[in-house]
Amino acid sequence: MARILSKRALTSVTKLFVVEAPLIAAAARPGQFVIVRVREDGERIPLTIADYDADRGEITIVVQEVGVTTRLLGALDEGDDILDMVGPLGSAPEIEPGGHVVGVGGGFGAAALLCLMRDLTERGAPTTAIIGARDKGLLILTDELRAVCSHLELCTDDGSAGFKGLVTERLQQLIDGDGEGDGPGRPDRVLAIGPMPMMRAVADTTHDAGIETLVSMDPLMIDGTGMCGGCRITVGDEVKFACVDGPFFDAHQVDFDEAVRRNRMYADMENQAAERQALECQASAGAA
Amino acid sequence: MPVKRIDKTPMRQRDAGVRAHDFLEVNEGYDLSRAMFEAERCLRCQDAVCVDGCPVRIPIPEFIHAIAAGDMAEAASILRGANPLPAICGRVCPQETQCEELCHMNNRFSAAAIGHLERFVADWERDQPANDGARKPWRDEKIAVIGSGPAGLVCAGQLVDMGYPVTVYEALHAPGGVLRYGIPEFRLPNAILDWEIDVLRQRGVEIVTNVIVGKTIALDDLLNDMGFAAAFIGTGAGLPRFLGIPGENLNGVFSANEFLTRINLMRAYDFPVADTPMKVGKRVAVIGAGNTAMDTVRSSMRMGAEKGLIVYRRSETEMTARIEEYHHAIEEGVEFHWLTNPIEVLGNDEGWVTGLKCQVMELGEPDESGRARPVPVAGSEFVIEVDNVVLSIGTTPNPLLLQSTPGLETDRWGCLVADQEFGRTTRPRIYAGGDVVTGAATVILAAGAGKSAAQSIHRDLSAANEAGAGQMTIKATAPPSA
Ligand SMILES: Cc1cc2nc3c(=O)[nH]c(=O)nc-3n(C[C@H](O)[C@H](O)[C@H](O)COP(=O)(O)OP(=O)(O)OC[C@H]3O[C@@H](n4cnc5c(N)ncnc54)[C@H](O)[C@@H]3O)c2cc1C
Ligand code: SF4
Ligand code: FES
Repeated sequence: MARILSKRALTSVTKLFVVEAPLIAAAARPGQFVIVRVREDGERIPLTIADYDADRGEITIVVQEVGVTTRLLGALDEGDDILDMVGPLGSAPEIEPGGHVVGVGGGFGAAALLCLMRDLTERGAPTTAIIGARDKGLLILTDELRAVCSHLELCTDDGSAGFKGLVTERLQQLIDGDGEGDGPGRPDRVLAIGPMPMMRAVADTTHDAGIETLVSMDPLMIDGTGMCGGCRITVGDEVKFACVDGPFFDAHQVDFDEAVRRNRMYADMENQAAERQALECQASAGAA
Repeated sequence: MPVKRIDKTPMRQRDAGVRAHDFLEVNEGYDLSRAMFEAERCLRCQDAVCVDGCPVRIPIPEFIHAIAAGDMAEAASILRGANPLPAICGRVCPQETQCEELCHMNNRFSAAAIGHLERFVADWERDQPANDGARKPWRDEKIAVIGSGPAGLVCAGQLVDMGYPVTVYEALHAPGGVLRYGIPEFRLPNAILDWEIDVLRQRGVEIVTNVIVGKTIALDDLLNDMGFAAAFIGTGAGLPRFLGIPGENLNGVFSANEFLTRINLMRAYDFPVADTPMKVGKRVAVIGAGNTAMDTVRSSMRMGAEKGLIVYRRSETEMTARIEEYHHAIEEGVEFHWLTNPIEVLGNDEGWVTGLKCQVMELGEPDESGRARPVPVAGSEFVIEVDNVVLSIGTTPNPLLLQSTPGLETDRWGCLVADQEFGRTTRPRIYAGGDVVTGAATVILAAGAGKSAAQSIHRDLSAANEAGAGQMTIKATAPPSA
């Protein structure tokens, strides 16, 4: 059981929770994740640890409401308990010190960049975070990220804030040398967190330029300890369990086709569950 | 006086046609009259060889005699004195290779139904009103138990009974280990496991779920910062093996662990009431022929598969499953493909499984396991059409804790090195037992290991106390009279 200490709506479907979890906070490293379950008979889903504070015994998680469990979680409030929470799982990315590190975050991935970028900046690396969303209102945690990176680059599809276009287009500009001078400069290493298509696009962008790139894979998981093998992904010619061997892998070695396909294994059943949830909501709203 | 009946008194079972579609228990157990009738078959031999076959040496003739005399309370107390998990072992022990194999009745008739009787007594006990509540621990040394499978649960139970405060740490959200996530309800109903765990809690065992020792907290932190005097590692052998054949990552291929966990721990059979989905097609091939494979193939039919198939590269003789489960699987319509070696999983354009390419094997010389080595027959390849492939080809100990704890030695199979008799690892104050030490084995061996480790923890701590008693205040060694 983990108590929710505070809640903040970042967008209408993205919620930030600060949660009391002293053991996890004390052990956490940047880029690790937790697995939560929010009701009896609920499923277990992984969530990135966006931030942690060992002294206060707190961790921060950011939830984008996309399925049954994330919606249930998003509906919880300050003072509520998250039924089960286990972690920290996986390992921090291995990033050699030195060189300009660019973190690319799509959607809720921006939250995951928070403690990763802070850690790198504190270790003396020049850091840039590139985050993107459809429009200005959907960009999240901009002030927090600005505080922990050397540079923050915003991208919106409609140009309502920062660069008009995709995060990968901005990344390409940095690689091509645009933004020299007072700009952030060419990346030496890239770290991408967010939806699979975005991570894949980042991998493609940095591939030809030969820039070392890590992606944070989020396959379906159950236990998170290496017990089920459901989270397996192919990296180069090896099969890895993302929960224990990852979540960070060499972006240019990951078999994205397979990863995308495996993540959609239950898509039709997930829709069925979501419809059922919507009906339940209507029913309870009708009763109230 | 004992009535000699030729055959074992059969236990009632639910009809195969009905039970193959639900998760309710297959066996219905004895009633009192059948149990007493069967108990009379025991010869009460002078040399009770059955006891030698039991890994925890239950005084078998004694407890059976108590049943015959109608004294169930006595039978229960004899049983529990030796085996803390009788309701579970009575259901899942491979009696045919343990106690019942050695039974003298086997010479001319069939063995006494020791397992059935064990189960009967334990079930009787569960129906009795609960007795005394928890006693407060009367010793100071806290013990940490890591993992809540049979090894950890039994170790914890023995230690609280000796007066130690015990905390069990479990990685998953529910305790029980394989008994919870692996063995399905049609063999071992959750209610029985829940009852055993409730009793442990009443006796004072604290169980903390959602803690992965080695991740959430280091084992050395438990010992050094959190004040635990000793720790027992019972983390099992939960890491699934894969074959490494092409197509293994297609949609619809699972490890048996994932397949069973979705069903048992996450209750996917109740989707969408339960949130975890599970996709089972019309034809399911399970690779392997151990208990896990039988549980998986029978579960697949209960999840709606029309045909469950066992694909095994050796023959029926080398199969490791309990004989009763094999018979039940046959009754339920499982199809067995012996001497069949899978070499590739085939899929369609969308990446879903469509078939399993196999080759025919023949048995050759014995291999290192002493069993005949299967060798491929040239040009014998063929395809079995299936919608799912589930791999049940073995598991190894999870390295998470072992690798994160300095000084713990493992062998070349990744098993933790600990002496079998006392459960001592290569580090002082750290004990271990069960599958993590032996590799995947049995419930009763894990339970037995938990019990002997508890005794050696007690012995070692007592010896250390005596050695230090000069300077220290004398500790209570007996329960305070309440
Ligand atoms: C499907 C199946 C069917 C079986 N059928 C039979 C049968 O019929 N008869 C029989 O005798 N045996 C059977 N077995 C084998 C038997 O279940 C095991 O031998 C037995 O459960 C081993 O007990 P254990 O306590 O060593 O480990 P487990 O039962 O594996 O329990 C280990 C526990 O430790 C937890 N854990 C692991 N790492 C950590 C960590 N770092 N921190 C905290 N917790 C951790 C795990 O989550 C797990 O709950 C079967 C096994 C399976 C998988
Ligand atoms: S515990 Fe197992 S081996 Fe021992 S008597 Fe019972 S069934 Fe037989
Ligand atoms: S989530 Fe089960 S092995 Fe990774």
